[in-house]
Amino acid sequence: MSTATAEKRGRNGRSPYFGKGRQLLDQAMADVQALLGDKPRRREYLIEYLHLVQDAHGHLSAAHMNALAAELRLAQTEVYEVATFYHHFDVVKEGAEAPPALTVRVCDSITCEMKGAGALTAKLKSILGPDVRVIPAPCVGACDKAPVAVVKQRQIFHADADAVKAAVDGAKVTMDLPAYKSLDAYRAEGGYKVLGDCLAGTRDRDTVIGIIKESGLRGLGGAGFPTATKWGFMKNAPKPRLVAINADEGEPGTFKDRHCFETEPHRVIEGALLAAWSIEAEAVYIYLRDEYPACREVMLAEIAAVEKAGLTGGIKLHLRRGAGAYICGEESGMLESIEGKRGLPRNRPPFPAQAGLWGRPTLINNVETVYWLPKIIANGAQWYQDQGRPHFFSVSGRVKNPGVKLAPAGTTARQLIDDYCGGMEDGHTFKAYLPGGASGGILPASLADEPLDFGTLDKHGCFIGSSAVVIFSEQDDVKAICKNLIRFFEDESCGQCTPCRVGCEKMLKLIDKPSWDADLIGELSQAMRDASICGLGQAAPNPVLSALRFFGEDVR
Amino acid sequence: MTEATGETITFTLDGQQVAAKAGETIWDVARRQGNTIPHLCHRPKPGYRPDANCRACMVEIKGERVLAPSCRRQPTAGMEVTTNNERATKARRMVLELLMADQPERIKAHDPDSLFWHWADKADLKDSRFQARDHMPSPDRSHAAMAVNLDACIQCNLCVRACREVQVNDVIGMAGRGHHSQIVFDMGDPMGQSTCVACGECVQACPTGALMPATMVDEKQVYKGKADRQVDSLCPYCGVGCQVTFHVKDDKIVYVDGKEGYSNQNRLCVKGRFGFDYVDHPHRLTKPLIRKPDAPKFRDLEINPSNPLTHFREATWEEALDLAASGLKKVLDRDGPSAMAGFGSAKGSNEEAFLVQKLVRQGFRTNNVDHCTRLCHASSVAALMEGINSGAVTATFNDAKDSDVIIVIGARPTQNHPVAATFLKNAAKRGAKLYIMDPRKQDLSRHATRHLQFKGGQDVALLNAMIYTIIEEGLTDVQYIQANTEGFDAVKENIKQFPPEKMEAVCGIKAEVIREVAREYANAEKAIIFWGMGISQHVHGTDNARCLITLSMITGHVGRPGTGLHPLRGQNNVQGASDAGLIPMVYPDYKSVEAEEMYKLYEDLWGVELDKKRGLTVVEIIHAILDGEVKAMYIMGENPAMSDPDTQHAREALAKLEHLVVQDIFFTETCNFADVILPASAFPEKSGTFSNTNRQVQMAREVVPMPGDARQDWWIIQEIANRLGLNWTYTGPMDVFNEMKKTIRSLDNITWERLEKEDSIIYPCKSPDSKGENIIFGDGFPTKSGRARLVPTQLVPPDELPDAEFPLVLTTGRVLEHWHTGAMTRRADILNLLEPEPVVSVNPYTMGEMGLAPGDRVKVTTRRGAIELRVRADRDVADGMIFIPFCYHEAAANVLTNPQLDPFGKIPEFKFCAARMEKADVAAAAE
Repeated sequence: MSTATAEKRGRNGRSPYFGKGRQLLDQAMADVQALLGDKPRRREYLIEYLHLVQDAHGHLSAAHMNALAAELRLAQTEVYEVATFYHHFDVVKEGAEAPPALTVRVCDSITCEMKGAGALTAKLKSILGPDVRVIPAPCVGACDKAPVAVVKQRQIFHADADAVKAAVDGAKVTMDLPAYKSLDAYRAEGGYKVLGDCLAGTRDRDTVIGIIKESGLRGLGGAGFPTATKWGFMKNAPKPRLVAINADEGEPGTFKDRHCFETEPHRVIEGALLAAWSIEAEAVYIYLRDEYPACREVMLAEIAAVEKAGLTGGIKLHLRRGAGAYICGEESGMLESIEGKRGLPRNRPPFPAQAGLWGRPTLINNVETVYWLPKIIANGAQWYQDQGRPHFFSVSGRVKNPGVKLAPAGTTARQLIDDYCGGMEDGHTFKAYLPGGASGGILPASLADEPLDFGTLDKHGCFIGSSAVVIFSEQDDVKAICKNLIRFFEDESCGQCTPCRVGCEKMLKLIDKPSWDADLIGELSQAMRDASICGLGQAAPNPVLSALRFFGEDVR
Repeated sequence: MTEATGETITFTLDGQQVAAKAGETIWDVARRQGNTIPHLCHRPKPGYRPDANCRACMVEIKGERVLAPSCRRQPTAGMEVTTNNERATKARRMVLELLMADQPERIKAHDPDSLFWHWADKADLKDSRFQARDHMPSPDRSHAAMAVNLDACIQCNLCVRACREVQVNDVIGMAGRGHHSQIVFDMGDPMGQSTCVACGECVQACPTGALMPATMVDEKQVYKGKADRQVDSLCPYCGVGCQVTFHVKDDKIVYVDGKEGYSNQNRLCVKGRFGFDYVDHPHRLTKPLIRKPDAPKFRDLEINPSNPLTHFREATWEEALDLAASGLKKVLDRDGPSAMAGFGSAKGSNEEAFLVQKLVRQGFRTNNVDHCTRLCHASSVAALMEGINSGAVTATFNDAKDSDVIIVIGARPTQNHPVAATFLKNAAKRGAKLYIMDPRKQDLSRHATRHLQFKGGQDVALLNAMIYTIIEEGLTDVQYIQANTEGFDAVKENIKQFPPEKMEAVCGIKAEVIREVAREYANAEKAIIFWGMGISQHVHGTDNARCLITLSMITGHVGRPGTGLHPLRGQNNVQGASDAGLIPMVYPDYKSVEAEEMYKLYEDLWGVELDKKRGLTVVEIIHAILDGEVKAMYIMGENPAMSDPDTQHAREALAKLEHLVVQDIFFTETCNFADVILPASAFPEKSGTFSNTNRQVQMAREVVPMPGDARQDWWIIQEIANRLGLNWTYTGPMDVFNEMKKTIRSLDNITWERLEKEDSIIYPCKSPDSKGENIIFGDGFPTKSGRARLVPTQLVPPDELPDAEFPLVLTTGRVLEHWHTGAMTRRADILNLLEPEPVVSVNPYTMGEMGLAPGDRVKVTTRRGAIELRVRADRDVADGMIFIPFCYHEAAANVLTNPQLDPFGKIPEFKFCAARMEKADVAAAAE
């Protein structure tokens, strides 16, 4: 840059010898063009392309983001605001230092925190040195193996400092692929037969939808909405229609969708295609959280295999990669993210069935919901009823054998502990539990015999949501649990609406005080519940309200 | 201008049965019922969709689990809505209380009169029970025009919508997540270093004072206090004709807001919003000046505009007017009318334009009267008059809202008509196909379906290849052609020479692209064409416009909603000045000066014998001075010493005048050569009517008093007229307007009283209660046959092509921040800070070839002259081309430009000449 340029900055702070704002750099343009190759220059791929740059360069420089904006014909800020919204992008502006090449994330969500994540983080920071960045991360979906540290992409289960250091030193930074059921194995046991029948016309839509209706299958993402009813909303919707599969399982304590992908990915794929066929959709978008890189590899390979085998009936399958944002598990936040934007939940109406992806009618189903479809259709509604409407519970915390437990709807916490998890950990006495992850509230052990099903906990101000059951013992502090959960919501609030953005932040300040102002907390909670745009803000006060209701002496 | 139509439904609002029209929200209905529900993120103005993020407007809907945002939610039949129960009221109050916790204290607030504090007062909320956030953002005062204080930001994203959805400048974003989310400029850059174009829409939208005009807060970011009065008027700059509200304190303008005018819908650009302080500049002329006897005139004379008293002396009005008039009279009496000439201005009002042409015609008895439209759109007008006998636009630019295909050729509206450009961007966002055709890229290109970066000066090749495609592929509107045009056969025959495959090499655009765009245009249901001076300022400018007319006529894209031809007019009153007869060939209302019935009419009206031949145009007058024919001139508000091509030549001519009277607000470059200078009124100091590019006649009002001894322009012209014995008796602009109405049919049904009340009426206006016709020529054209005349065109190369000696193509124009010759905007503090010095824009590749770095000083030479200035790296400029704006007197681009004229419009070729550029020799620079 010539000296004239340096001298001649006007009082307005910009040089008159360039156009306004950040200038494009040729090298950055070349880098980005090389990474994108002949990929379509469409905004919907912004997050995918940010991943390409982040993966290739270890961070997102302003120059690269500017070049990406130019390639996609976006404004700089359209790229920047998306890049800064997601946890997994490291934005580095001019003059700022890039993060070290290797990042270790330590999960600090509730189960991992109980299991010593705090101490682990501190230790790792001291032993890993300046070339490794150690940062906290929200739930990575392996609560049954807490605490978990993630070395670049490799999750270290039951992590201790030595194991993490070994992975860092050995540059073991990718996940091992799970031993899942292959396409051949799945087909050998009748997989894709139901879909084949549907596509061939041997089964008709009304019958299939009738089976799902009779089965009583409800959405297993958290809301529990009857699946057939949801499909019914699509009946008169204008075409083209789309399906979005929500695989952004971010609710702390939840790891069941991961289980589906890691064991029987084709059951998910067939289920998704069945849903699409049922509502006559032309494409399926699977939005997979970035915390599950192994699942992503599995799905990329298996989607290709299914397409190659010609099983999709012309329905296009798209796999989209999240970038670290709990809010994208909220269905409309997910839609925004699939469109390549910040994951801000939408105001409803209109509902996704009316205006979803790119304004088209869109059916949104959870991974596990579609996972059940092939079996239910194959075996009939009665079969599903006879099994007790089973689904997966993610159980973690102070139990002997945590994990994904297949159990009938209405199974109680006590049954889960005793019959499925081998009882409490030694030395721990059951005190309390989360029936539905961070947002479902906290219940005392005295209510451990309540059936865990949709609607059964309303009277206690709680819900089961995604059936993430976290068990606490007498050694756990309810106040600390609340702080962990509220801090999580504060971090993960998208920031769009006042009650949630400011409410979570103020709530954390209120419960950080030695004694809680129950009246003000109550007033704030009511406003958050009544006035937040989406379920995050509406449910965020739940743990605090539960604590006041059931654990008064612990928090006042 | 359409009312919400459709079904009306009935629902219950606070126990009352109320009706809602389709599209209305609960908030809208409540407000209609007299109940304004609190709102922060909702701005009930055109272009702003409700976003429902602040949640200050929540209401209860029976049967729903949670409250609903009234600003966004539309009622359905039978819905039971409660706005005033405890649950809703408490939620709304809690929202305000949460936000207040993080606001600066009211006594130190940036804007204690903001919408936020208004609603806090209404909720009787004095302080918050919550603890403030941990980190307060610090002020960003990097921008000259705006103060950014995000400690008052409530993340309502109104500024984001203002920047991205309304003005579509795409600078402001919401970055981060949760309570760390923050308003950012580009990538979290200081506003002053961002791509911000300072339209100020965000400032006008901000409900808290987080974004404010810099003039409204002190250095501690504390409010300086309310304006004491507001005056509705117009923006003085471009042809868009934005309506504004001037906020005045102690008789000084302190800030400007956009008003909900038809053309601007509350929007403004940097000039209109922040370029008002030129009226207070110390250079203002406040006393009449008379040239000292020992102050000779010569071409290179440059008098310091801050101190003209080196060459002039102050005089009384009486003395100055007497001297001005007697000098004119002397030449007139001695040499006759042909020695006289006058320039009016498209920056003056309709009334002023009318008076100037009347002074020249009635007083000087010549038709040698012209103004700067000659330099802008004369060729467009020539082609339009020839083709459809009307020089005005056939549709307003706002009509692009209905278009499926929009072509913008030879225009850079984001710089020159920024507010019009916002509507084109809105249309593109809505899904309309936008095609930009220009040798230079521009901000609009990013929003375009395609940018056709054709070779400079090859417009006819490109456009004829499109016409060829449409005719060859049978995409014409046969019925329309048969019913409404004449001359099609000649065009059809002529066009055979222009297949796209042959024109590809000429214009530099691939044949298949030309064909694609031609098909899109022809096949569109509704297509519209906008053009600017890239079309008109060529020796083939009239041919360029003829092609556009042909395109539109053979496809029938005229006279219906979303269709038309729209030359984007430059000055704020370029339409009105022409309508008022400030043209050498025509009287007011475009009536030929050579038509017997017309000069007879005006001889009757004005009581003198009139010149029966068309007069000379701007550039011709300059030539006539040098030829010794024209000897005395009256120039009102024009600056030919800067605006004319080959400025040296023009200045030589002006210096040669025996007597020159200049009426202006500043000591312009033209004043160097004046004998008498009469200090006039600036735009906000006077009332009058102005006609914008949309054919809207609009009322401007006096906002602030004139400085010193400056006088109203109409008064000055009348004083001169009366000293020439004309006996004018106007008492103000209204009298002039009423006189104009006698002969100008386009003012039918438009009265001064209506304009005072309604601010703006489009002409033609069919009845006293109509707002006017935005689309015209739906039923034929005002030609004798009622048909449009199609005129074939041939390839005419630019007059001066690059060669070994002058290898570059020089093109000239404007920059966003400066207006025309810079007389006003260079003296508007903020505008001049934003674009402080002359630069030549060069493609970085060309720079690399020439070993130039940004900021290097270069000498640019053409066959007319040379100037020195610094280099700006600019990727919008094609390799081998350079661009210089003509607003900088320090490096006047028009020293370089080619005065060669279009044979029909008599407009010079400002857009193309051959040039050479070299690093300025340090030694030479020091000379």
